[in-house]
Amino acid sequence: MREGMVRIPSGCAISGIISTKGIRFNGEAINRSIACMHERSNGLGGGFVAYGIYPEYRDLYALHLMYETPQARGETEEYLHKHFTVHQAELIPTGNATGIGEAPALWRYFVRPERKETENGPVRDNDDYVTASVMTINSRIHGAFVFSSGRNMGVFKGVGYPEDIARFFRLEEYEGYMWVAHGRFPTNTPGWWGGAHPLGVLDWSVVHNGEVSSYGINKRYLEMFAYRLELQTDTEVIAYLFDLLHRRHGVPLDLVCRTLTAPFWKDIDRGDEREREVYTALRRVYGSAMLNGPFSVIVAFNGTMIGLNDRIKLRPMVCGRKDHFTLMGSEESALREVAGDLDEVWHIRAGERFIARLEEGVTV
Amino acid sequence: MLRIDAAGVHYRHLNEQIRETVRAGETVLVLDNVNGQRYIGTGLESDQVRITIHGVPGNDLAAFMSGPAITVWGNAQDGVSNTMNSGTVVVHGGAGDVLGYGMRGGKLFIRGDVGYRVGIHMKEYKDLVPVLMVGGRAGAFFGEYMAGGRLILLGLDRPAGSPLTGDYLGTGMHGGVIYLRGRPEEHTLGREVKMFDLDEVDWAFLNPLLDEFCRYYDRDPGRLRAAEFRKLVPVSHRPYGLLYTP
Repeated sequence: MREGMVRIPSGCAISGIISTKGIRFNGEAINRSIACMHERSNGLGGGFVAYGIYPEYRDLYALHLMYETPQARGETEEYLHKHFTVHQAELIPTGNATGIGEAPALWRYFVRPERKETENGPVRDNDDYVTASVMTINSRIHGAFVFSSGRNMGVFKGVGYPEDIARFFRLEEYEGYMWVAHGRFPTNTPGWWGGAHPLGVLDWSVVHNGEVSSYGINKRYLEMFAYRLELQTDTEVIAYLFDLLHRRHGVPLDLVCRTLTAPFWKDIDRGDEREREVYTALRRVYGSAMLNGPFSVIVAFNGTMIGLNDRIKLRPMVCGRKDHFTLMGSEESALREVAGDLDEVWHIRAGERFIARLEEGVTV
Repeated sequence: MLRIDAAGVHYRHLNEQIRETVRAGETVLVLDNVNGQRYIGTGLESDQVRITIHGVPGNDLAAFMSGPAITVWGNAQDGVSNTMNSGTVVVHGGAGDVLGYGMRGGKLFIRGDVGYRVGIHMKEYKDLVPVLMVGGRAGAFFGEYMAGGRLILLGLDRPAGSPLTGDYLGTGMHGGVIYLRGRPEEHTLGREVKMFDLDEVDWAFLNPLLDEFCRYYDRDPGRLRAAEFRKLVPVSHRPYGLLYTP
């Protein structure tokens, strides 16, 4: 069963940890954090994203794929060899875990783009090339799904509780400087492996608690920029909007956040002239990128973790700091499960964001 | 007295243990290393039981509770005192969103700041008047759709320039009273409320509660009272409309 075939009207858990000094740690901490909120999920989706896990291949794109049939793998590998130099192809290591349904075949490829144009014409750079290739595989090859396509990072996800998914993917064997997790309680669609969070493209990843009611508007807007929204999962639009506004259009991150969760007109009117000008311009240009509905999300990409709350805060989001670690999650207990004696703890307000970055000069 | 180490204990087992202990006649419980276990005290009925929690209890603490006294040495999360009937909850820290949701009686004290939609749908009936008192600041939608009871917001120890509440204060309110120590910004007021000075009836109600708050958190009641207090009452509901609007 795929997303969109059935509607199940019916919450979720999110959690993230970044070492701003870039110190790498294994997947146990994030797993404890997300497992602490077990009751927020229902076993129909769990997932993780880890940054800094493939330093030996840091210049190559790491493609993680799900295959539902051997034929899908054959077609995809043919495509990959034609469009990329494949430096390594291997099964993603998995172990025994209870509570997990039948898994698709899970493969990963470390690749380098070998062309400068797609069938739709020339592309600007490797990132655009990879994005277009991911869109092509996901929409054209039946039974194949790229669920991770960034460099020096990887998504691990499936149908099950997050703690079972972590055991299944042996996340204790990976070391990253930033980890984000999701426990799913699908509300509108049945869960399938590809629809679990995190969702994203390149090294963008999004985990999401809530619902994007503006999905239709956002989807049509993104389609004009050649994004193909195949998943019927609202979270997808958030990742693509960050990719479009920040990577492609160069809008500063802070303003991307203020575009997605735009201030209300009444608040814009109360701001000073400069603010009025900026926010009015953003709403004029990017009105169709505004996200409505209840949500708290964690958006991550290489070196950065962003916590973002909807405009009237219909979902919970707590941040904390302990030494060089910044933590975010749906509940304070999820943070304290990892760092009982937080130096600082605070809640993100409506429409607000908190951005945690690697310290200046840190390389990963 | 029974002491329970809650570290790593699933909420169902913890709450079963609490219920069994209370059924067996124990009245004093101390829970150590609580972290995220939800529904503590939920549905408990007893005027004698006292529960002390060390750590951060999970959501829906004291939901549907009738009678017990709960003290939390730590922050609380969302939904404390959801539909609570009676009893007292004292939190020595801050707390999250939707506190006192549909609360019908009893008292909830929070030392620090609280999140969004606190006091939403609180109600009262005859002598059952719930009280929710916050030492710090509140997020938006404070007292949203409030139908009864008393919300008290003190705004203590807040940084200079930091607002007492967020937007939409008392939006949709049609019963009860919100007491504020300090003056909210005019544009944050919901359109169903109006702001007034306190009269003697208000102070007669408020004074013992301020004393109680100061006992829990070791503060000076005289200094608390020295600041300006205002109250918000709904203008959309007939009885209060006749009482308070000129």
